[in-house]
Order: sequence, then structure tokens, then C-alpha cells
Amino acid sequence: MSFDVKNIRKQFPILDTKIGKYPLIYFDNGATSQKPQAVIDCIQTYYTSENSNIHRGVHHLSQVATENYEHARKTIQTYINAKNDYEIIFSQGTTHGINLVASSFGKLLKAGDEILISQMEHHSNIVPWQMLAEERGLVLKYIPMNQAGELIMAELPNLLTTKTKLVSVTHISNALGTINPIAEIIQAAHKIGAKVLIDGAQSLQHEQIDVQALDCDFLVFSGHKVFGPTGVGVLYGKEELLNAMPPYQGGGDMIKTVTLEKTTYNGLPHKFEAGTPNIIGGIGFGKAIAWLEEQDLEGIKKHETDLLVHATEKLSEIDGIQFYGTAEKKGSTISFLIEGTHPYDIGTLLNQQGIAVRTGHHCTQPIMDFYQIPGTIRASFSFYNTKEEIDQFIIALKKAITMLS
Amino acid sequence: MSITEKENELVESFAIYDDWMEKYEYIIELGKDLPLIDAAHKKEENIIKGCQSTVWLYAEKKDEKIIFTADADAIIAKGIIAVLVDVLSNETSDTILEAKLDFIKEIGLQEHLSPTRSNGLVAMVKQMKMYALALKMK
Repeated sequence: MSFDVKNIRKQFPILDTKIGKYPLIYFDNGATSQKPQAVIDCIQTYYTSENSNIHRGVHHLSQVATENYEHARKTIQTYINAKNDYEIIFSQGTTHGINLVASSFGKLLKAGDEILISQMEHHSNIVPWQMLAEERGLVLKYIPMNQAGELIMAELPNLLTTKTKLVSVTHISNALGTINPIAEIIQAAHKIGAKVLIDGAQSLQHEQIDVQALDCDFLVFSGHKVFGPTGVGVLYGKEELLNAMPPYQGGGDMIKTVTLEKTTYNGLPHKFEAGTPNIIGGIGFGKAIAWLEEQDLEGIKKHETDLLVHATEKLSEIDGIQFYGTAEKKGSTISFLIEGTHPYDIGTLLNQQGIAVRTGHHCTQPIMDFYQIPGTIRASFSFYNTKEEIDQFIIALKKAITMLS
Repeated sequence: MSITEKENELVESFAIYDDWMEKYEYIIELGKDLPLIDAAHKKEENIIKGCQSTVWLYAEKKDEKIIFTADADAIIAKGIIAVLVDVLSNETSDTILEAKLDFIKEIGLQEHLSPTRSNGLVAMVKQMKMYALALKMK
């Protein structure tokens, strides 16, 4: 089906919302995406006629729920082209996936080993490594970035050493929109034997990733940013790595046998899925991916690029605007400040005009420190946004600036 | 003027404007009348935690009355703290501690601030009452 924004918008009922007398203009897609009717219906159907616990019951409902949950795993496997469905571990989200790797892969590391992150990571790809480094005496290094918000790749060879065990970097920066050269990073890391985790929280909603072609060792992402429900995500890991890692949490579903003295663990993926999971989360996430696959992905990508170009052009005409993140390769996210105004004031007055943007440090304080600013205003677009919405946003922004000056 | 009278006056002033953009323009205007905090008190310990912008608040006691001064780096935050200072400044500790501040709801300030900012408003009120309590002992 060729891309048609009007048709797409019809599938997202929330887009008809009014904020006061203004139609909602939702430009906070970096924080979370809206949900298509297909996903909303799927959640409703599950609770109306399929709700049951999975992997346990012999009864009909439990079998239906189990089948749907495992089908979702396969849908996601196919979408990211993982070799096996059991390499798809359902998590609670990106943050949880990173913490799982830090905790379990981390147990394989010893004092003096090095972990390499970047200067533009979300706090969730910084703090777990800092905690692990402190606990196990590891060295945490970072790839610096330049003023445009691009990683300084020339530094990479100096930062990768024989002690580097893991490189954990974001594919697309949530605060700046920068698309990082992850294929290049993976290649360089593998040359010295380091494993690579890709934070895909901001990328899978915009482009498809082939984990085998990319050859990343881990990929983490969240359901709610890819048109699925909140509270669910995926950790992809290569089979051999996941097998080598000890379990994360103990409980039901992750065991093979338990006596009061000793437990033997279940195989993948269950080893990392202790307890009753977020069943509807997983099923809804699978539905969201299946829905996405039916869309014209090339058309989506082109439309999002058009939105980015249009918004950048229009915003550039505003006096006193300063962009943060001007990388050559960017996703559909724009971070900016207006000279002489506070992002909080702009965000408040945009909200009064029905426009949802994010203001603040976007959980990336090291980026804000780098630019020596307290935060930015961030407009992040999805394919259901339109050029007309951007034009409305520019009018509202100008009105806010007038009121504040 | 009692706290209730001051609150009523504010509710009436805000009622003049139908549109929330106009109400915000009024809030911005009120911010311009805020009794500014002395530069010497504009330090880390007087920053109200929980606001998205930086808000400084200071209080001192004069003839049994609490006098508030403040400032903020964001104009709307400055207007909001100005509204609170307008109502609560120059009152006794007891009056401040007992104040229910129903006007916030009546104006609709709370619902028109997103949760984080509403937390900011709550944090402002809490800090003012903390000052009142601390200065009561002095």
C-alpha cells in the first residue's frame, strides 16, 4: 500500500483529540508513539476473550494466549531478521534490556575490563554501566562528539583496546536526532573482540534493522515507541552470548527443575523471562510490528525526511533560533532554543495552543553539559504528522516568542 | 487585605480573560511585579526543587509577618511564584500555614500546568509553608 498520510492518520484515533479549542499536534514521538486502532483492538480482544496466563495451563485460553504471545515473538524475530525466535527476549523496555545485559553479561567481566559508551547516550545507557563499573572495578570510557552532535569516529581506534569487552551505543540520539554509524562501530569493535549493544529505542520506529546483516551482539528497544503498548520491550542477543550469560532474575518460567537445594535453568528465551510476563504487552507489541510491516516503509521514511527538512527550513527563519544537533545524518527530531526565552515558557505556551513538545534535558544531561545549556525544546516527528501541523507549530511558536519578549 | 480577599481579587482578575493564552499573558504581567530576591540570597540552597525552571525563594520575618522575595529564570514560572507571593507575603506564619489556597483550583492554574509543572507549583507552596514554619520558631 503506498503511503498516504490522510489514510494513516485515520488509523490513530487519538489524533482527533482537541486540547481546549485547538486540535492536538503531537510532536513528542521521541518520548512515546501513538497507537493505531489495530493495536488498541488487539488489546481489547485479549482482555475480552483471550486473557489467561501463558506457558502453564493445559486449558484452551492458556493455549490461545501462549500461541499469541509466541507468535508475537516470531513477528518481531522476522522484523529484525534474528536467526532464532528464542534470541528475542521480552523485557519491560529499553532500560530494562540494558540493565539485564549489564547485570548478566556484566557477571562475565573482571576488574580492569573496559566498557565503551558515547557522549550522547540516554541516562539509561550510562547509569547501568556506571553502577556495574563501580561494582566490578571496570573502566568506563566514552566516544566524544563534535559541535554538530556527531560522534568523533577518528577517536574510536584509540578508545578500543584489548581490554574493551563491550561497546554500548545508541543508534539514533533521542535528544539530537543524530544517526550514528553503528555498522562502522560494530566492525571496529569486533576486530578487537569486543561485543556491541545497540540502543534502538529511537530507531525501529523509523527504519527496519537487520540484526544479522548489522552483526550487532545485542539490540534493545521499547514497544511503546514503536506503536505498541508501554511496559514491554525486546532484548535481542546472539544465541551463544545469551547462553553464556547467567540468568537475570529468578522465579517461575525460567527454571527447568527446582529442589530446595538446587535449581537448573530453563533454556532461551525463558531463562531471561522470570515470572508472568507482560503478556498483552508482548502480544500488542507483535501486533504493532505486524501493522507496521503492512505499511509502505519506504514511503514512511521519505515522509519523515520531508517533515524534518520542512520543519528545519521553517524554524531557520525564526530570529534567535539555535539548533542543537546538526549532524549530516539525522532522524526526524529537532532540538532547539530561542535566544532570550526559557524552554519551559515556550513549552507551556505551545501546550496552550494544542502542541505537544518535550522540554528539558531529555535524560541526556551530559549532552546538555557539553553545550552548556539546561535543556532544549524538542520536536520529534512521526509519519502521521503533516507539513500543515508543522506550519501551525511555527505560527504558535512565533506567538509564544512574541508573548515572552 | 485578608488572604481570602487577595485570593478573590485574583480569581476575579483571571475571570476577565476567556482564553488561556490571555490568562498566561496576565501571568507574565504579574511576574513583572514580583518583589525580587536580593542577589545575596540567590544561591543554591534557596532554589525550589521540583520545578523545570530555576526558581529562587527567600523569606524573612518583619514585625511577626513573613515577607517573601523570589525570582525565576523562566517568565511563566516567575509569574506563578509572583501570584503566590502576592497572596502569602506579609502574613503571619499561622495564617500562611492554615491557608488552603483554593484560588489555585478556581483559576484553573493547576489543570493548566502539566504534571511536572504542577509539581513545581506544589513545590512552591510547600516551600513557602516550610519557611513559615521555620520562621515561626524564631
